[in-house]
Amino acid sequence: MSIAPLERSAGRSPDQSTDQSTGRSAREDQAFRALDVVMDPELDEPVTDLGFVRSVDVAQTDAGVRVSVHLRLPTSFCSPNFAYLMASDAKDALTSLPWVDTVVVELDDHHDSDLINAGLAADAGYRGTFRHEAERDLDELRATFRRKAHTAAMERCLTDWLRADRDRAEADAGRVRLRDLPASDHTDSLLRRREALGLSLGADDLVLVDAEGRSYAEGEVPMALRRARSTRISVDGNAHFCRGLLRTRYEGSGADQTQRSDGAEPGDHHHLIPLTVKETHR
Amino acid sequence: MYSKDGEKYYICDAHIALWDARPENQRNVHGKQFIDCFYDYHRNLSPESELWTYEEYLYQGGDRLMKDLFTDGYVDHAIFQPAYLGEFYERGFGQEEEAAALAQAHPDKLTYNHHFDPRNGEAGLDALRAAAEKYDLKGVKLYTAEWHGDSRGYKLSDPETYRYFEVCRELGIRNIHVHKGPTIRPLDRDAFDVADVDHAATDFTDLNFVVEHVGLPRLEDFCWIATQEPNVYGGLAVAMPFIHTRPRYFAQIIGELLYWIGEDRIFFSSDYALWTPKWLVESFVDFQIPEDMTEYAPLTTAQKKKILGLNAAKVYGLDVPAELQLPDADETTTGPRGADDVAERAQDTNALAGV
Repeated sequence: MSIAPLERSAGRSPDQSTDQSTGRSAREDQAFRALDVVMDPELDEPVTDLGFVRSVDVAQTDAGVRVSVHLRLPTSFCSPNFAYLMASDAKDALTSLPWVDTVVVELDDHHDSDLINAGLAADAGYRGTFRHEAERDLDELRATFRRKAHTAAMERCLTDWLRADRDRAEADAGRVRLRDLPASDHTDSLLRRREALGLSLGADDLVLVDAEGRSYAEGEVPMALRRARSTRISVDGNAHFCRGLLRTRYEGSGADQTQRSDGAEPGDHHHLIPLTVKETHR
Repeated sequence: MYSKDGEKYYICDAHIALWDARPENQRNVHGKQFIDCFYDYHRNLSPESELWTYEEYLYQGGDRLMKDLFTDGYVDHAIFQPAYLGEFYERGFGQEEEAAALAQAHPDKLTYNHHFDPRNGEAGLDALRAAAEKYDLKGVKLYTAEWHGDSRGYKLSDPETYRYFEVCRELGIRNIHVHKGPTIRPLDRDAFDVADVDHAATDFTDLNFVVEHVGLPRLEDFCWIATQEPNVYGGLAVAMPFIHTRPRYFAQIIGELLYWIGEDRIFFSSDYALWTPKWLVESFVDFQIPEDMTEYAPLTTAQKKKILGLNAAKVYGLDVPAELQLPDADETTTGPRGADDVAERAQDTNALAGV
């Protein structure tokens, strides 16, 4: 069965008015926007920008208003812990909507779909879902990727700063303060990442710091910047590769993705020979 | 051998497979999911002219392999790195007997590496000893995310794995190729974590650890470990095809590798049959770091020769014709080694700009 993006069950929605461009009713749109807070931890982007939300459906049932969401990922073998994390965050975000009575979140076409979907339906939690494969909760994993997001944002700002004046050397990057950064998306992003880590946002604060806010000795600065650069390259590279794979896997899914400028290349939207859609909807 | 602009390149494809993913060999839905995932990689990263049909992709056979690598693909020598995947495929994914027979028929062109799984205990050690004798093994390929009953992965630092490394040492199996996949217990940690490579490489300094696809998607973690361990190498499987659709990303991968681990420890791989070597070799010889990426020094012809084959030839003891060799390279060391080159390039750029 081929699937149109964001399909919905016609005629059962409590709100009949639909947005022509998305095909979603007002409430379906609210539900979709509620998922903006659900992040792919590794790519540091909302699932709604990545095209991971396959469908949103709002229906009136005997048990009240039910929201059903299907999620999809770039491959069957995407990391199951990230898959679970996004799916359970999605369920939490939808449950918090005041007009919602029941929430069904299902992950499609993943090697662990059955396990994860059963765990979500039973509200089994992460450890209840993965049993012997889980030792602790996912807090440490989330923290790791919050740190990486900060590292990448910091490197983008410092590389912009270095490129703005060719007389600046890598070793000088250790003296750059927040007030030295121009107003830009990269600066805004860095401030948000600092806030998420609990770092201060003072104008005199150094930019090049670790996740605890510690700065580097002068001799350590080039190496710290280089390490941050390799982290940024990984994050940007993964973000575009995952987006590309999703477009390859699900025909038409590119329409559900927003542009990402960091790491973008002209070949990101190269032509692919159309192919029968291999995936089937569960 | 590939030649261009008067330069000749010895080509060693350090990661190839002879797989069978046809439906009759698929054990369950995961067998289909696995090959579909590979096929999406292929469709996403290949030039249009190099795209295969899904049916071609399921199975190639020995004749096609020989043609793609040696007749069309410029390859002088290639190394099988089989993935077993017994939980997904009835007769395994990589075809042991077919590949080993091909290598025995063409010992000058092919090396057969085997695989082991430390969760197979004593029986697995006996099987490894038997395979080493039968195939004269120089290397193994490990897939740490391999499923095995209730377990969906192991670590190189597990005591059971160390027992296997000790046996590798006894048997003269020096080259340990490692592929990281997503599922490893416990799931609470980063499943692509390469920290276990660090432990194993420190404790087995006489073995070479080749981390396939250079640790992607965790390039930074791989670089940090590899810069400190002289016996850790980077295999370019899966990283190579980015040269076509995402050349700037590819430039950064190569730039980082040269900076952190240097030109002597990087291996070219097509990852056949994910991709074919012909277009990758041609593209890599023509490739250059974009000029605006001043943080990286330009790639030299000698670096390309080492990466395309001379590095792997050295580790595997392959015979390289005299006209394709370079003067002996410096011994591998630790720590980042790109800093001097970049400083020189910055000076050159300043000189050109009249600074």
